[in-house]
Amino acid sequence: MKTIRLSIIGFGAVGQGIANALLQKQEYLESAGLNLKVVAISDSHGACIDLDGVDLEAAIERKKESGSIATSGVMSLEVIRDVDHELVVEVTPTNIDNGEPGLTYMLEAFRHGRHVVTSNKGPLALKYSQLCDEAKKNAVHFRYEATVGGAMPILNLAQDALAGNKIIAIEGILNGTCNYILSRMTEEGLSYQHVLGEAQELGYAETDPTYDVEGIDAACKLVILANSIFGMDVTYNNVEVTGITRITPEALTLAGDEGMVIKLIGEVKDGENGEIMVSPKLVPEQHPLAVGGTLNVALLKTDMAGPVCVTGKGAGSMETASAILSDIIAICKNSH
Amino acid sequence: MLNTDKGVNKSNFNATGIKCLKYIPGIYSMIVSMDLELKDRPGQLVQALKPLSTFGANIMSVLHHHDQRTPRGAIPVQVVFQLTNGKLNDIIAELEEGGVRIVCVGKKLMYEEVTVILIGHIVHSDMGDTIDQIDSTGFAEVVSLSISMPAINEPSSASLVINAVDMAQLGKALDILRRVALEKDLLVIEPIEKDQLSVKT
Ligand SMILES: NC(=O)c1ccc[n+]([C@@H]2O[C@H](COP(=O)([O-])OP(=O)(O)OC[C@H]3O[C@@H](n4cnc5c(N)ncnc54)[C@H](OP(=O)(O)O)[C@@H]3O)[C@@H](O)[C@H]2O)c1
Repeated sequence: MKTIRLSIIGFGAVGQGIANALLQKQEYLESAGLNLKVVAISDSHGACIDLDGVDLEAAIERKKESGSIATSGVMSLEVIRDVDHELVVEVTPTNIDNGEPGLTYMLEAFRHGRHVVTSNKGPLALKYSQLCDEAKKNAVHFRYEATVGGAMPILNLAQDALAGNKIIAIEGILNGTCNYILSRMTEEGLSYQHVLGEAQELGYAETDPTYDVEGIDAACKLVILANSIFGMDVTYNNVEVTGITRITPEALTLAGDEGMVIKLIGEVKDGENGEIMVSPKLVPEQHPLAVGGTLNVALLKTDMAGPVCVTGKGAGSMETASAILSDIIAICKNSH
Repeated sequence: MLNTDKGVNKSNFNATGIKCLKYIPGIYSMIVSMDLELKDRPGQLVQALKPLSTFGANIMSVLHHHDQRTPRGAIPVQVVFQLTNGKLNDIIAELEEGGVRIVCVGKKLMYEEVTVILIGHIVHSDMGDTIDQIDSTGFAEVVSLSISMPAINEPSSASLVINAVDMAQLGKALDILRRVALEKDLLVIEPIEKDQLSVKT
């Protein structure tokens, strides 16, 4: 049995999703010879630490009841620096202005020789190369499948399953909120404002939807793809971004008359002047990119395998935890 | 409803969404297949092919059917050529004048087409001028425009179909559209690139 000690930094939807996943998958993990022991969990209030393994069920319960995980005044940064463990699961909120607090957490984890698995796009969209350099310098793993497309495997698909292929271009729907809004507008002929309100009620859109509907979230994910799969060195500011706020039901009808739907498509192409862009595009109704609801989808154009398409849930507590768990397991298998 | 004072032909464009197609030579590349009967005499073929080069046709193949002589002893010949200037009738007239018998003519229009959607204050933004700019390239043409206006002062939406001789010219037409859209604050929604997974083109 291989024991890996983890900390979970941030205990919101995704953090709790991971705790639940670890509880549900205990038997599977044991049979795979893995003992994933959570030695600390922290949120914005403080942390709970137990070197023998935090009681995850009790932790989830306590967070629900009191709104805080803290059983001590030890803060996240101290956990990362001072608690002995191998792997930091960094799942604090995304911040695309300066990447904090995630950026400092990840860099500190690397400096203390700890692997990092994250779903937090902010630091990667702003400081990708700095993060990778620091991880490399300290000979630790850095994995972030959950940052792009939630449950949909795309980074690992391109890098592991399609290893040997040259990825020529990637295009896809990388934001479930926008896809939900456009799909509903198409189906019901409703206005953007109307459907946005509906999405907010259902919890598919935030109270301040800017980050999603202006294409910022999709752009951040594209940056991560561009840097990690195409070896580019771009940041969020290099992406040409157009959101969906100007789309009208009439435009969707006109597109429908031509057998097309309108989707917010992110695309990145390899090459010297490698294009990287998020914008609404016309997609033929039968095209594999024309998925509905909150689904995400990505089409990878490769030299040997031709086009390969994946689709799946781009968000959700358990869905995101699935991508994080797969990264944790991959690190366990690749480290000694 | 559409701004027509910049010379946009009303019969081609209307605001109701009805599509009208017009034909402008130069926008289309045409593949023509012609069955001719040539007398079995030296110099006949050269004479038959002369009008083709005179009118700028690009000859793709010439097939002699020596084994299928007509009862009058003429030799059937099939010529296939590409034409981008619409001068087919001139070619036919000149061939007939030279005494070449034309048995039949088949033609196929070849062109690239793209549909784009525009959103914004299209009607106030002098669409006629935009269309003129594309049409005046001589190699690309707006063949259909449908505008949908929900209410006064609200942004309208339009779908625009552009045809061009080839992808390069289509690209130039799109560049014009993008530049105008930027100036006039219109949102242009273009199709994704075609690939092997496109079921429908
Ligand atoms: N939800 C999804 O479906 C999804 C999918 C893909 C990626 N992501 C990404 O995953 C990350 C987490 O998402 P989430 O939905 O779990 O967010 P969330 O529910 O808002 O949870 C964020 C957690 O981070 C904690 N936190 C905030 N500031 C902190 C600080 N300075 N130090 C330590 N902890 C801090 C919060 O503490 P309190 O509880 O004390 O406020 C909370 O527990 C985000 O970066 C998000 O973009 C989410």
